[in-house]
Amino acid sequence: MDLTTDYLGLKLANPLVPSASPLSKDIDSVRRLEDAGAAAIVMYSLFEEEVRAEDQFMDAYLYNQDIGHSEADSYRPVSVDYQTRTDEYLAHIFSLKRAVDIPVVASLNGVTTGGWIEHALELQEAGADALELNVYHVAADITQSGQDIEQMYLDVLTALRSQVRIPLVMKLSPYFSSVANMVTILEDSGADGVSLFNRFYQPSIDIETRAVSPELNLSTSQESLLAMRWIAILSGKVNITLAATGGVHTADDVIRMVMAGADVTHMCSALLINGPGYLGKVLAEVSGWLEENEYESIAQLKGCTSQQHALDPVAYERSNYMQVLNSYKP
Amino acid sequence: MAAITIDGNEAAARIAHKINEVIAIYPITPSSPMGELSDDWSSIGQANLWGKIPDVIEMQSEAGAAGAVHGSLQAGALTTTFTSSQGLLLMIPNMYKIAGELTPAVFHVAARSLAAQALSIFGDHSDVMAVRATGFAMLASNSVQEVMDMALIAQVASLKSRIPVVHFFDGFRTSHEMSKIDEVSDATIRAMVDDGDVHAFRERAMTPDRPVIRGTSQNPDVYFQARETVNPYYQAMPAIVQEAMDHFAELTGRQYQLYEYHGAVDADNVIIIMGSGAEAVHETVDAMVNNGEKVGLLKVRLFRPLDGRALLDALPSSVRRIAVLDRSKEPGADGEPLYKDVVTALAESAMAGDMSFDNIPRVVGGRYGLSSKEFTPGMIRSIYAELRKNEPKRGFTVGIIDDVSNTHLEWTEDADAAGGDDVKRCVFYGLGSDGTVSANKNSIKIIGEETQLHAQGYFVYDSKKAGAVTVSHLRFGPEPIRSSYLIGPGQAQFVACHQPVFLDRFDMLDMASPGGVFLLNSQEDPDNVWSSLPRSMQQQIIDKQLHLHVIDAYRVAQDSGMGKRINTVMQTCFFAISGILPADEAIAKIKSAVEKSYGRKGRRIVEMNFRAIDQTLAALYEVQVPDAADSTSERQAIVSVNAPVFVREVTASIIAGKGDQLPVSKLPDDGTWPLGTAAWEKRNLAHEIPEWDAELCIYCGKCPFVCPHAAIRSKAFSLDAVKDAPDSFKHTRIKGKEFDEDVHVSYQVAPEDCTGCGLCVEVCPARDKSRSNYKALNMVPLAPLREQERENWDYFLTLPEYDRDRIRWSTMKGAMLGQPLFEFSGACVGCGETPYLKLATQLFGDRMIVANATGCSSIYGGNLPTTPWTTNEQGRGPAWSNSLFEDNAEFGLGFRLAIDSHNEQARVSLDKLSDKLDKELVTSILQADQSNEPGIHEQRQRIEQLLPLLAGIDNADARSLEAVVDYLAKKSVWIVGGDGWAYDIGFGGVDHVLASGRDVNILVLDTEVYSNTGGQMSKATPKGAVAKFAAAGKPVAKKDLSMIAMAYENVYVAQVAFGGKDMQTLKAFMEAESYPGPSLIIAYSPCIAHGVDLSFNLRQQELALKSGHWHLFRYDPRRLEEGKNPLQLDSKAPSIPYTDFASTEMRFSMLQRSHPDSARAFIQQAQQEAVERYNHYRQLAEISYAESDEAANQDKE
Repeated sequence: MDLTTDYLGLKLANPLVPSASPLSKDIDSVRRLEDAGAAAIVMYSLFEEEVRAEDQFMDAYLYNQDIGHSEADSYRPVSVDYQTRTDEYLAHIFSLKRAVDIPVVASLNGVTTGGWIEHALELQEAGADALELNVYHVAADITQSGQDIEQMYLDVLTALRSQVRIPLVMKLSPYFSSVANMVTILEDSGADGVSLFNRFYQPSIDIETRAVSPELNLSTSQESLLAMRWIAILSGKVNITLAATGGVHTADDVIRMVMAGADVTHMCSALLINGPGYLGKVLAEVSGWLEENEYESIAQLKGCTSQQHALDPVAYERSNYMQVLNSYKP
Repeated sequence: MAAITIDGNEAAARIAHKINEVIAIYPITPSSPMGELSDDWSSIGQANLWGKIPDVIEMQSEAGAAGAVHGSLQAGALTTTFTSSQGLLLMIPNMYKIAGELTPAVFHVAARSLAAQALSIFGDHSDVMAVRATGFAMLASNSVQEVMDMALIAQVASLKSRIPVVHFFDGFRTSHEMSKIDEVSDATIRAMVDDGDVHAFRERAMTPDRPVIRGTSQNPDVYFQARETVNPYYQAMPAIVQEAMDHFAELTGRQYQLYEYHGAVDADNVIIIMGSGAEAVHETVDAMVNNGEKVGLLKVRLFRPLDGRALLDALPSSVRRIAVLDRSKEPGADGEPLYKDVVTALAESAMAGDMSFDNIPRVVGGRYGLSSKEFTPGMIRSIYAELRKNEPKRGFTVGIIDDVSNTHLEWTEDADAAGGDDVKRCVFYGLGSDGTVSANKNSIKIIGEETQLHAQGYFVYDSKKAGAVTVSHLRFGPEPIRSSYLIGPGQAQFVACHQPVFLDRFDMLDMASPGGVFLLNSQEDPDNVWSSLPRSMQQQIIDKQLHLHVIDAYRVAQDSGMGKRINTVMQTCFFAISGILPADEAIAKIKSAVEKSYGRKGRRIVEMNFRAIDQTLAALYEVQVPDAADSTSERQAIVSVNAPVFVREVTASIIAGKGDQLPVSKLPDDGTWPLGTAAWEKRNLAHEIPEWDAELCIYCGKCPFVCPHAAIRSKAFSLDAVKDAPDSFKHTRIKGKEFDEDVHVSYQVAPEDCTGCGLCVEVCPARDKSRSNYKALNMVPLAPLREQERENWDYFLTLPEYDRDRIRWSTMKGAMLGQPLFEFSGACVGCGETPYLKLATQLFGDRMIVANATGCSSIYGGNLPTTPWTTNEQGRGPAWSNSLFEDNAEFGLGFRLAIDSHNEQARVSLDKLSDKLDKELVTSILQADQSNEPGIHEQRQRIEQLLPLLAGIDNADARSLEAVVDYLAKKSVWIVGGDGWAYDIGFGGVDHVLASGRDVNILVLDTEVYSNTGGQMSKATPKGAVAKFAAAGKPVAKKDLSMIAMAYENVYVAQVAFGGKDMQTLKAFMEAESYPGPSLIIAYSPCIAHGVDLSFNLRQQELALKSGHWHLFRYDPRRLEEGKNPLQLDSKAPSIPYTDFASTEMRFSMLQRSHPDSARAFIQQAQQEAVERYNHYRQLAEISYAESDEAANQDKE
């Protein structure tokens, strides 16, 4: 069975690529993922905010400890050599590259343009095979228009494109007025692929303490349908890689996504819940399904039910909505 | 030869680290940096001359360090230590042994005052003089260059002569002075150290392979002779030292003599001196000789063994008058040590008839510079002037006004500074945490290392930790700078004010020289800057024709992402204006210095700094100085006109920086100072203060409880009492069984004393139902409220305290009605220690006596000019004393012994007089129940009744009783200190006091590290925490002091954390105090040394508890009598991972960055241990004591 697929110009053995998660922090876990058949791996994100916060922390508590007391100009040892968060990340890329053969995709969550470029170059230097741009922007500023936000994404991409030579894949949120249009613009600006969609964790309120607290909820298969719709709409209309992420849990999910036109499916929650070996199980099931249904390759399956090729393309647009409403029986 | 710019401590440490194998130390100001640097270098793998990395170990005290040094030397390792003052005293017994055993070693001492009428961290020779009889040689260095040079010479001479050496230099003046010097190269060190001597030293080592015994006990038959065996060694020593100096001169070109003369070859009048003062004299002599005066100076380098012959031979035969200056005082002696040595040498020479002088010179002795008192050219000239008189004063003092014994010499200071016009003198006023000092140190390095200029920097700090003022004195010049004194009034060509708030407080332009520059950081609009200056300052600018340059440094810092850090901005301004380096060159050098400091790691910070630097030049502007002063504002009075006389005269002078001018008569004779002075110093540190919403308030009392500074308080009063209150004064009805219908409470902030830490707002549980971010307390800008709240606060103080007999002490709101008698200390913003002290004073203050160990608490408690300890309206309050560090528990026990003795004496006397007094009164006094506030109050009232009766009795017993009658009322003895004292240096005493069974209360303010001296590890430091001397994380778990104390079974022990469970803390304090035996409270105290913003103080305590880092419990032996388990566990089992706590504090999280593998392992172990420790306590707390009673009863049957 030819499970190969194209991803950002790289040839992968199959469409299963674990996405950014804590699993990638541990070399052994990554080895096990590779053994289970992962065709590439996306690392956990490097957050510019964390890097800056650490810089400021170090600045306050390491480099500028003097409070003006005559008996001490510091309160902890000063000349300590240390590995910054970035150092740690780069060292990890380096270790991963030596530990596994599959492509390693670094993930970067930047804030400032300068920060994006600086870190991207570092990651490229460290040997990352590609770079996922994890743009996690909550548009809380009510004066910021949709256009402003889109421009921001573009600016980041063009700035990076001019400096970085490794493939760039942009992880997008679904909150664009026109996802499809946005993707085409990104393609024109030099993105090698898009990853649909980034999940925004929603905070909750503790009703006793009134604290607004972060909530970590893993995804469900249900969520993947959103990405599937847009991949189906985009498939065949753009040439860049379409990666599905968020809610890909089962072999069925994978197959569905490829049918819609995904080049690659990312898995995260499912692997956290079931362990790295689960990936092998899914791969076997996908392969098995393809066999049973007499397919020769993933490439053959890809996009067969995209909007272009679906029996009922309008189902990807409004009629789905009306049908669903009418189908509900209390 | 490389030029480096370092301070005296680093100069000594560099050599010591190179030529020693073992370094055993204990931190003490001002020598701590030597040990810290050594530890840094060892931890990065820097090896000594022989390729081995020196082993650096921190001991539990200097006595311990000396013991370890002695042992290490005896076992043949090249060993050294660094110390000062009290620490040196603790080493004395071992010094006698080390010298007696003819063991080569060098002790590097940053010489510091000894604690007598007071402690002082500053420099003089008291400490080294106290060890002159030990048999150690003593070699003095006068400057930073000499420190590096003598450190080597001392070691070489010691190895050759077998005599150990105290190598000393002036604490702070030299130890902390940054200076450009020629580095003593490794090649020089290699050439100087004779490996043959090292091997000979090793041959003499204690080893089973060639065993010997030492430390025998000798008897009258041989001790004397054995003592005299050392004479040839001491006789040979001076020549050996000189030989080493000569060899050093061959290698470096710097020639030293044991006794070095400088000045006119035909001098009449000579000063003999050692230490940094010699540099100032040298400079002054040059100027005077230039003027044709016949003066000179003799620098004494080798003080012990003193070669009197060589000393005299160094003087010109023309000398007729000599002033010998000692930087120490020996009360009761007929002269200080150096003076007496010189007189002895002269007298012996005269008696032997071999003087090289025509007539025996007239010698007088004088004291100068005690505790870093300034020693200036003006003073030096006055000494020479005195020598010219017919009868020069004997035993004079210089630098002070002694209007009691009239020892002082009058002097005037010349505005024309010695040192010449081509020396640039710059003074910078900054705030402790704004980076001014580090910026200046950087500037000195840049100028020193990148130009031919010589550079000197000296930094003066004030006595506070929060909002401390720093004054940097920088000099640059073509010649080496010998000015070992501060830049004086009218001498600074450049004065910078880095904080606009100083305009109101300090007369900075007093320092400015005519035509100089004044750089001001001001946020005022350029058009308003001039009028924002106090009038007197405007006048000074006009009169001295100063150039006024201004920058809004905070805006530039903010805009470039630097937040509040203005150091780079101000440094750039300095270079741009001062003209010491061409601006472009200077900017480039600042940038490269920034890059060097942060390196590759802080690239973002580097960029922000670069941005700040680039923006600075554009933002800097000069103000055209008008012809006349027009400001309507003037500097504020230092203290209120209503302050007591002592405060107005003495305290205010010190606060204003004019303390040097206080004459002897104004100061207390015996070191006794009044309480309540902090309240008069309104520091206005906060930019925001809490605003109280009386409607929302549920009067829980938590806010006054957590305030570190007693800047928010509660009072309860009848409604009637506030009928004249200012309109803005707020109060609300307080409900509770103990309060009458019309009782109201007010929670009032002291706006000018608040530091703005926000802990009260943090703890406030009362929230507006519609706005979650609006509480009964909210932080608001101070400026609009200052006047109003000042008035409210003053009014609040006039309201009567609530009747203590009616307070329900077991409730927080009740207990917080107790008046705090500890207020407005200089402790850090958000300090974790002070709330405990304040609480103790609220509960027991008016009958409390406190023995306070040296440490943060003795600094914020007793560092002049003010003390936060205060009295109530009746004039009662905590009597407070800091004795020493190591003796604090014993000191406090001594209080208890005396108090009990007085009480016993009173009872005896009362008994004797009982038939002359009202029987009922006597009985009720002798049998009084003083277990609560009303009981104590009643006893005081009975004593009041007794006094007039006693007055009417005319006999010795009545007089005797009168002297101690107050002791019939219960007193509360508190022994307070940090973990450095309780776990380490004072532990022996603590242990003994715990075992004594006497009624004392030991309060350990546990910051888990030596906070005051800069974060050295203690045995209270937790496993995996980073601290000095534990840069790779402390490998050993925290000592469990509670368990040790509980093992005695008759000690009340409690672990508390006020931010975790406030009621448990309150309960523990009350139980501890009531327990009629030794009580130990270990109080968790978040500290800046933990590496976290102390606005999170309360959160850190909660995290500490939830993670199992800290546990709460009370062990009350009284419960045994009731058949109950004495131990009650008050905190729950750990409920969050240890790392959730550790990752929030730099002292732990740093390790994840510097030693990630160790960090992982430590966190795991700490996690396990937290749970295990909890389980252990829980098991102990669950043991049934009732059963064993039953079993015992069964046995009986």
